[in-house]
Order: sequence, then structure tokens, then C-alpha cells
Amino acid sequence: MKGGFLLRGLDRGGLIFLAIVLGVGILVPALNLLVPPGNPFHVPGYAVSLVGKYLCFALLALSIDLVWGYCGILSLGHGAFFALGGYAMGMYLMRQIGARGVYANPELPDFMVFLNWKELPWYWYGFDQFWFAAIMVIAVPGALAFLLGWFAFRSRVTGVYLSIITQAMTFALLLAFFRNDMGFGGNNGLTDFKDILGYPVQAAGTRATLFFASALALALGFLLCRAIIRSKLGKVLIAIRDAESRTRFLGYRVEHYKLFVFTLSACMAGVAGALYVPQVGIINPSEFSPAQSIEMVIWVAVGGRGTLIGPVIGAILVNFGKTYFTAAIPDFWLFALGGLFIAVTLFLPKGIVGAVTDWTKRYRKTPSRPDPVAPKPAE
Amino acid sequence: MVLRRLLYALALACALLAPVQPAIAQADTASLIQALGEAKNYTELEQAVDALAATGDSAAVPALEALSAGALYTKKLGGAVLIGVERGADLALTDPLTGESAGTEPAGGYERIRVNNRLRRALRGAIGALTLLSPKPDVRQAAAEAVYKNRDAGALEILEEALAKESVASVRVAMIEAKAAIQLAGEADDATKLAALEIIEKRGGRESLALLGQVSANASPAVAEAAQAAVKKIQAELQWWAILQNITYGISLGSVLLLAAIGLAITFGVMGVINMAHGEMVMIGAYTTFMVQEVIRTSFPALFDVSILIALPLAFLVAGAVGVAIERGIIRFLYGRPLETLLATWGLSLILQQAVRTIFGPTNREVGNPSWMSGAFDIGQISLTYGRLWIVVFGLIVFAALMLMLRRTPLGLQMRAVTQNRRMAASMGIRTPWVDAMTFGLGSGVAGLAGVALSQIDNVSPNLGQGYIIDSFMIVIFGGVGNLWGTLVGAFTLGVVNKFLEPYAGAVLGKIFVLVFIILFIQVRPRGLFALKGRAVEQ
Repeated sequence: MKGGFLLRGLDRGGLIFLAIVLGVGILVPALNLLVPPGNPFHVPGYAVSLVGKYLCFALLALSIDLVWGYCGILSLGHGAFFALGGYAMGMYLMRQIGARGVYANPELPDFMVFLNWKELPWYWYGFDQFWFAAIMVIAVPGALAFLLGWFAFRSRVTGVYLSIITQAMTFALLLAFFRNDMGFGGNNGLTDFKDILGYPVQAAGTRATLFFASALALALGFLLCRAIIRSKLGKVLIAIRDAESRTRFLGYRVEHYKLFVFTLSACMAGVAGALYVPQVGIINPSEFSPAQSIEMVIWVAVGGRGTLIGPVIGAILVNFGKTYFTAAIPDFWLFALGGLFIAVTLFLPKGIVGAVTDWTKRYRKTPSRPDPVAPKPAE
Repeated sequence: MVLRRLLYALALACALLAPVQPAIAQADTASLIQALGEAKNYTELEQAVDALAATGDSAAVPALEALSAGALYTKKLGGAVLIGVERGADLALTDPLTGESAGTEPAGGYERIRVNNRLRRALRGAIGALTLLSPKPDVRQAAAEAVYKNRDAGALEILEEALAKESVASVRVAMIEAKAAIQLAGEADDATKLAALEIIEKRGGRESLALLGQVSANASPAVAEAAQAAVKKIQAELQWWAILQNITYGISLGSVLLLAAIGLAITFGVMGVINMAHGEMVMIGAYTTFMVQEVIRTSFPALFDVSILIALPLAFLVAGAVGVAIERGIIRFLYGRPLETLLATWGLSLILQQAVRTIFGPTNREVGNPSWMSGAFDIGQISLTYGRLWIVVFGLIVFAALMLMLRRTPLGLQMRAVTQNRRMAASMGIRTPWVDAMTFGLGSGVAGLAGVALSQIDNVSPNLGQGYIIDSFMIVIFGGVGNLWGTLVGAFTLGVVNKFLEPYAGAVLGKIFVLVFIILFIQVRPRGLFALKGRAVEQ
């Protein structure tokens, strides 16, 4: 039945998208592992990690789109959920290092030995087990989002105020994780990972598996979001986005819907973070920085919010641009990114996907349906 | 000895009156300085230092200070004593008495006069004693305070002599306290010590605490007991001062926050426009100050002290013009879409930062303090810098001026009309687009003013504005959107709370607490401390 829920209402576009994601998920690792390095079809190892990183960002963008594009909640703190998921995974990876660290302490990670700590803090217990870490990857961001959402939505903090509160939250976490006393490695974060589930993190086979896992997670996230949006719940969410008070007056408990979708989105972001960390090999507090979180929002805006394919395209395009330009013309990148923010909001409010849909509709001369993106709050 | 010292004191007094006389006094001081170079061992050197101290001639101070710092040299040929600064293998030489340059010569021809710790202590006392008799009151004050700190028993005699002559009240108090400190630390009968204790207790302060701590270790039970009582009393007093100091620090921080947030209170609070590039307006103001100082430094050095005053209107105009351009170019297309405004202005802030980084470079730029803004003064146990004080005053002036503008000028009236009911205002013939642009320009211009002030206490770098943007938003929301008084109260409250948390939780944790507090506070009062009531809420 669960599969039925996920696959219900899958149209042609969705199927093509899934096929592409899973196809890339299989093809890229295969070309990396099976084709010899001299061959023009060979995908180098660094590219596997790079594209794997993009896939994690795409999942993250999808989670932002679910709350912003469909429920009108602009979260400027999704980087925090992403980073918390990443830290949970990072803690598992740190415990896997065991006695192979610089100080060869079987129990404590290096930075704790360095800080002269004698025993493991209580919140590190259990992270030597993968299942426990995997639960925490979802539970910790989810719990934080639930707590924040519970307070915020109940007292009807909306719009810009909510955005600024989420920004303050990620800023507070940034400051907190910079502290060495917190026990998360301070400024340096967690790094120097060795094994995941007994396989070396750096090995080509592990990298390929992680890549496939990211593609799979993205596909599952896509299916989940799609199923939610197609359900009655999704209709209520869109109603909240377009006319919150009206929905409330119709008898829906708006705050419950918002809380559910916000928490779910945070869990998705956590999963994205957890897949990101082993592929990149480091997690540090800079992931919490407010600038990072706002940048994530622009991925969604570029691709097109209120569509599910848009954020994935946006995340991959913007990050590809970032990788390319920061290497080729470093000074230019911030101009380009800033310009992107302005150009998209002014000229492309529905993003690339929205613009393309509009254009094809006009081309086919079909009467256009109402605007999928709320033009303005109805209250 | 005493007679001779009196003679020299007389000579010194004459030196002040008659320009011819110093030659005699200086000649003798010069020969005594020369004796420093002739000493064969530390004992002889100490005698020579004592002899110099006995002259009471403050002209000998540079020589003694150089000796203490190990910068006094004798020439191997002829034995002339000179102050030398090492320049590679050479010595840049100056005459210890006149301060005139004596050229640069190879270091090989000179021998450093060595000192040991015992001698350094003697030197400190000697320098203190000489400066105690200086004709300048502030030099005497500083000397008395120095004696108070090192409590050199050898200075007692000169201290008493200086005390007898002292006419400036504040210097006199400092000298009495110094004398009491020497009596307490040294050998004296219980009655004297108890009297001295009273003086010290009245003085209070951290150094007195250290002094009293030493006293109770080696003194008769009566004195020790009294000392302990005094310690308790001073500690209680210090606690109060610490609270006061925290409040002043808090007000100082609050005024900085007020300046950063008040422009935002106009653009965000009054207009409802989220300007994430607000911090960059502050940065533009700071860089304008830098440019003004550059021009003044290269072309009109004499005007340096008023550079800030020149920079103020310029920064207002530059930042205001950029603000108007932003409003006309971007924001006016996004009215009614606050989330998009947020993103677009964030993009703008990235561009502005990168532009400044490209033009001025990524490193911090040096902005100098004018003389009337540098230095510090004490009130009781609190130390305040003039710069901070001026910023508090400036913040309040800007606030008052803005209030006046909004309440008493036609433009202010129009601004309030447009924000309260745009369509009605337009029907009344107000040019709402023009008012929008002016309001945004005003908010940005005020941010530019904040930049001038912040350039005095913060690093002028492309990231200057980013550090303030989240705090500013927090303050505006905390105080209540659309209410300038709320911003004022919010800024000072958060400033003071932050400084009170710092000693207990550390700077970072204190800041985290404040952020969490505001996040929770907004849940309770979503519209801030001073929420607007009535129709304004409905929009």
C-alpha cells in the first residue's frame, strides 16, 4: 500500500525525471568503475563525488521547495537542518575511526583528546552504531523543526518574520558549533573519516555506492513530495500558501499542516546532509552560516518553486556554475550569484521550469491555467 | 645631602623662572649622567642612580628610563653616555639630556650599560621620585600613581617633600594615597598603618585589593583584621562598580546596535521593505569615511580632526543616493512580495560586497580617530573611552533627529500617510512613488551615518555590514515593527543584557542566549515589545 501511495498519480514528466535520476545514479558509477581511465567515456573519481554532492543539494532544494513552493513558508534556516543531519552522520564516521586517529584513542575522537577530555560526552553515546546514527539523522533535524514550528506556527508567526527567525536560529547554531566546548570539533568540525559500514570512505566502490544512494534518496524524496502534493493534504497546503486566513476560516487547523510539512522537510534536509558528509569528507560549522541557507533558497528560485523538477534543476545548475566560476574567475562568482538573485526575482519569478512551461503553453495556444505561484498574499 | 637636594630643588624652581639658570643645573645633571657610564659595578651604578635621583632634576628621566630599558650606551673611546636605538649593526644615538640626535654609528664602538633586577627596582623609584617633583601636575599625578603601584619605600622621602609643596588637590590626594601605600607595605607602627589603611580603603579599586592582600600576610593581628575588613568593603564596592561598568558597556553596545538598526527601522519598520543590503549601506558609509580621510591625509592634513564631520553628510548622501537607486531600480517592482524583496536585496548585498572588495581590496582599511575621539577617562572605577561616549551621543542625536523629521516635517507627514494608507494618500495628491524613494533613501542614508560611527570602532572591511544585519533585524522585530521608540528600547535592552550575560556565559554563549531569547519572545509577542495598535495592524 505504501508503494501505491508513493506511485499514485505519477505522470509522464515525473516518470521521465525518475528515469533520468536513476539512470544517472547507475550510469555514472558504472562509467567510473567499469570503463578504464584512458577511455573517453571514463568518469573520473572526483567527478563522481562532485555530482554526488549536487544530488544531495538537489534533495535539499526539494525539501525547501516543499515548504516554500507549496506552503509559502520561506525558511532561511534549512542549512541548519542539512548540517545537523551531516553532523549526525559525521559523528558516526568519527566513532568508526576508532584507534586509527593521531592520538590512537579507541574511545575518543582526536579533537577531544586534544582538548584533554577524559570521557565521551553523553550525546555521543550510541553513534558507534549505524542504525542509531541513521535514526538521529532524521530525528534531530525533525525535532528541532518540530520545536521551532510548534512555537512559531501556533503563535502565527508568518512570512518575513518566520524567515528572520529561522535565520536567527541557524546563526545561533553557527555560533554554538564554533565553540570547542560543544564537543563537535569546534572550528574544524569533523573530518578525517576512514570507514562507513566497514568499507573505506575513499574507495571507488564506496563512492559509487554513496552516489547511487544519493540518487535513490533524491528519487524517493521526489516521489514522496509528489505523493503529498497530489493528496488532499497537498491541496490544503497550497490553499494555505495562497490564502492562509481563508483556509483557517474554512475549518482547517493551519498550524498542524504547516508543522507537519515543515518537520518533514527538515527530515529530508537531514538525510541530504547525511549523504553529503561521507562524499565530501568533512562537516564544519560553516554549513550553518546564514549566507549558505539563503543560497539554497536561490537554487529553488532559479529552478522554479512550486514545481518539483525545478529545484532539482536549479540546485544542479547553480552549483555547477559555482564550481566552474569559482575555479575559472573567482572574483566574478559573487557578482554572478548576486545578479542571479536579482534577475530571477525580477524577471523570472517562476524560475526556469515555470518560464519554459509558460512558453510551451503560449506556443500551443492552450488557455493558460491560473498562476501556480501565489502572486501576493490574499489577506 | 638634604641641603644639596634643596639646592637643586631651588635650582629647578629658578629654571622655571629664568631661562639662563638651567645651564648650571643641567651641567651638573650631565656630569651625573656621565657618572653612570663610569660606574665599575652594580653597587657603584646604583650609587650613581641615587645621586641622579637626589638632584630632583626631571631632565634626567629619559636617561634613567633608557638605562632601565637597556638602551643606554657608553662610548668605548672617551666614555660619552648616549641613548642608542639598534638599527641593524648600527646605533641611532641621541643625547640623553637634550634629546638631540647624535648621529648613527657602528654598534661595535659602544658598550651597553647593564642593569640587574635590583637596579631596575631602584631605577623605578628614582624615576618616580624625579617625576614627583616635575612642574607639570599631570606628570606628578602619574608619578604618584606609579609610586602607589610599586610602593618603593625609597620614594617616601621625596614623596613627603613633594606632598609639602603640592597645591593641586587631586595630585595631593594621589600622593597621600601613595604615601599610605608605602607605609602599609613597609615598616611602620600599628597606628600609622591603621591610619594608612583608612586612606587606602577610601580609595578602593583593584590595586588597593592587591595591596591589602599583601598587608594581611605580614602584619600584627590588629592591622591584619582591619585590612581584611577593608578588603571586604572594597570588594562589595567593586561589585557595584562592576555592575555600573557592565551597564555602561551595555549602553555603548546598545548605541552601536541602535545606529545599525535605526535605518532598518525606517525601511523595514515603516515601509515594510526587507532590505538585506542594509548592512552594505553601513559599509558604504564606513568606506566613505575612509575615502574622506584619504583625501584629507594627502591634500589637507590640517583638517584631519574634522574629517569625521566632513564624512557625516557625505556618507549620508552617498548611502542615501545608493538607497534611492536601489528603490527605483529593484524594490519598486517587488512591493507586496516581501519574500522576493528579501532575496533580491540579498543578491544586491553580495554584489555590493564584491564590488567593494574588488575596488578597495579584501583587507581591513585604516580609519583614524580624530584627537577629540581618542583617549579615555575614568569615573570612579569605570573607564570610558571618548570614542564610545561620542557614539552614544551621536546615536541619540540621530534618533532624535529622525523622530523630529517624521513628526514635524512635511516629508515625515507624507511618509506616515503613505505607510498608513497608500491609496488614500495618493488620492490626496501625495506622490507616493517619490515618497517611497525618499523614505528608502532616508533609511539608507541613516545607515551610512551609522557606517561613519562604526568606522571608528570596527574594522572597515567588505564584511563590515554582514556582522550587524541579523542583530539589526532582531532589534527591529523585538522592539516592534513600525515603532522607532521600540527600536531605541530594543537596542539598549539587548546591549545591556548581552553585556550582563558575557561574564557568566562568555561572549559567544551570551549572544546565543540572546538570540534564543528573542526567538522565544517573538512567539509570545509576535508583534514585538511595542506593537502598533489600531488600523496600522491590519495592513
